[in-house]
Amino acid sequence: MTAPLLDVRDLRVSFKIRNDGDMPWTKHRELKALNGVNLTLNAGETLGIVGESGCGKSTLARALIQIVPASGKVLWQGQTDLLTLTPRQMLAYRSQVQMVFQDPLVSLNPRMSVGAIVAEPLRTHHPDLSQTQIKQRVQEMMERVGLLPNQINRYPHEFSGGQCQRIGIARALIVGPKLLICDEPVSALDVSIQAQVINLLAELQRDLGLAMIFIAHDLSVVKHISNRVMVLYLGRTMELAASKALFAHAAHPYTKALLSAVPIPDPAKERAKQMIPLEGDLPSPMSPPSGCVFRTRCSIAQNRCASEVPALLGTTHQVACHLVNTATSEPV
Amino acid sequence: MVTAKLRAGDLSRITDMAEVKGRSLWADARKRFLLNKAAVASLLVLMFITLFSLTGEAVAPWTNEEIDFNVIGSADTKGMPSLESGHYFGTDDLGRDLFARSAQGTRVSLMVGFVGTFIAVLVGTVYGAVSGYVGGRTDAIMMRIVDILSAIPYMFVLILLLVMFGRSMFMIFVGIGLLSWLGMARIVRGQTLSLKHKEYIEAARASGVSSWKIILRHILPNLLGVVVVYTTLLIPDMIMAESFISFLGLGVQEPLTSLGALIAEGSKSIVQGSLWQLYFPLAFFTVTLYAFYFVGDGLRDALDPKDR
Ligand SMILES: Nc1ncnc2c1ncn2[C@@H]1O[C@H](COP(=O)(O)OP(=O)(O)OP(=O)(O)O)[C@@H](O)[C@H]1O
Ligand code: SF4
Ligand SMILES: [Mg+2]
Repeated sequence: MTAPLLDVRDLRVSFKIRNDGDMPWTKHRELKALNGVNLTLNAGETLGIVGESGCGKSTLARALIQIVPASGKVLWQGQTDLLTLTPRQMLAYRSQVQMVFQDPLVSLNPRMSVGAIVAEPLRTHHPDLSQTQIKQRVQEMMERVGLLPNQINRYPHEFSGGQCQRIGIARALIVGPKLLICDEPVSALDVSIQAQVINLLAELQRDLGLAMIFIAHDLSVVKHISNRVMVLYLGRTMELAASKALFAHAAHPYTKALLSAVPIPDPAKERAKQMIPLEGDLPSPMSPPSGCVFRTRCSIAQNRCASEVPALLGTTHQVACHLVNTATSEPV
Repeated sequence: MVTAKLRAGDLSRITDMAEVKGRSLWADARKRFLLNKAAVASLLVLMFITLFSLTGEAVAPWTNEEIDFNVIGSADTKGMPSLESGHYFGTDDLGRDLFARSAQGTRVSLMVGFVGTFIAVLVGTVYGAVSGYVGGRTDAIMMRIVDILSAIPYMFVLILLLVMFGRSMFMIFVGIGLLSWLGMARIVRGQTLSLKHKEYIEAARASGVSSWKIILRHILPNLLGVVVVYTTLLIPDMIMAESFISFLGLGVQEPLTSLGALIAEGSKSIVQGSLWQLYFPLAFFTVTLYAFYFVGDGLRDALDPKDR
């Protein structure tokens, strides 16, 4: 078996938090934004990541492209641990992993023309290309993502949100990455435009054979585009399974609650479905609950849940919950 | 592959379509600025004053160093402004032509304003951008240095410098320029901090763009608005500081003069009744300062429409 494209082991990210009024000698507090996340991704595969706001989805993406420091292992094609590379060595891998950001307008420099924005990664990784070559590649890429190439001299504020996101996609793809990380690429867009952008991403992924990590806070968005889905809660994996299996037999109480919030188009099924309300607020990530981090909102929590951290068990369908018999949660 | 899909036919189509011209934020700002009447008028006034300061001496029948012996000693009765004598603005007690002297003084004052501001902007912007972008401990140390420097009463130091090393233009530039970048550094650093977490900076970092290029390409252009506005407000501050020093008699040395020095002389002549000696330099001084403030205001509104 060939090694997976990406193999992430025990990824941890913590932020040092200082309050504004703190004296220089007060010790900072730690916010564990990611607490031992494991995942693998094969070439051409899409992994969906869902979870509520603040659960660490963006932090995971940022750790993978190394704009926040992380510990653990990020094995690229089974060999190179990206976390051990120096910035200079890392440069070669930066063209392989690219990212599309959440807010299309903020992710584009307002003072740069579209052409300059899309060309920037190309200029960085291929400094030998001539101006005409760069311009030609940029225009091809713009056309590829559904923008008119004659708009190359326009500025981001002259485009709609959906078009800006296309510019962001063009910028990510122009250096020919193997892995594309999309951090809530559509949540800032109009509902009518969301589908267009998702379809574009799916199409590009198929044509280019990209591996993709697709982040969303909403299960319905990842449902169609993902091969596998990972559910995050307070920096930990709750459930990781093939997309079909997850939607058919969600095992973790948190996933079930998330799923029950997704409307089903069929009215009969919608009425029949069991609603599991998600009570209470997300606990502060500064002081997560002991044992199972979900226990403060779990309707079936037991004493054991407060003392023991549930391990993520299972092979293809992994669940972290004491009460789920992992033998039965395997794809039935 | 991406390109394979649209070779031959498509490519000719791509190049066939006329490129649409973009409307940059700068172009938008220029349009808004031109709609602001007070700012545009002030800009014209400033251009006129600059022109006067550069050509006034050439136009005047008298040079600034020539002494009109008819007038000397009785400036209050014979040195008044008149077209006949060629002293359009009158003369001072020594019989020197005030028109030429005003042009010269305005030039020196403007020069102090521009050069001092230039140093402040250059040092302050680079310092602030580096401090904010690098962040962490470097930022803390760099900003504490700024705090310490700004705790020094700068007028006092400047006066000491001038007394110790002698009065010269150079000393004034050094003194004013090297201390006035502190405010600029603070403002730029604050802006940089907020820009640093913008996603387009993260996108550039994720692509491996080097820190210097990020500062040059992404941070500085987005700082430029703030810097420009602050600069137009800094120039009158510099002119004011120089005038104050000259008023105290510590500024530029004769035969050089500045608006502050002329005003100081003029104020001494009030008792003799030759008021023109005060009025003309004072008028140039006030109009110049107001014009700079109006232009600065107009620029702020034009560059930062959200702030209103
Ligand atoms: N630079 C930072 N410094 C300190 N804390 C941070 C930083 N970035 C993120 N955090 C914290 O880490 C946690 C995870 O944040 P993250 O942005 O990864 O959440 P998210 O799942 O992407 O949420 P959203 O859906 O709102 O984008 C949050 O509690 C957040 O406050
Ligand atoms: S481990 Fe306990 S608290 Fe956590 S999800 Fe399972 S039942 Fe709920
Ligand atoms: Mg996020």
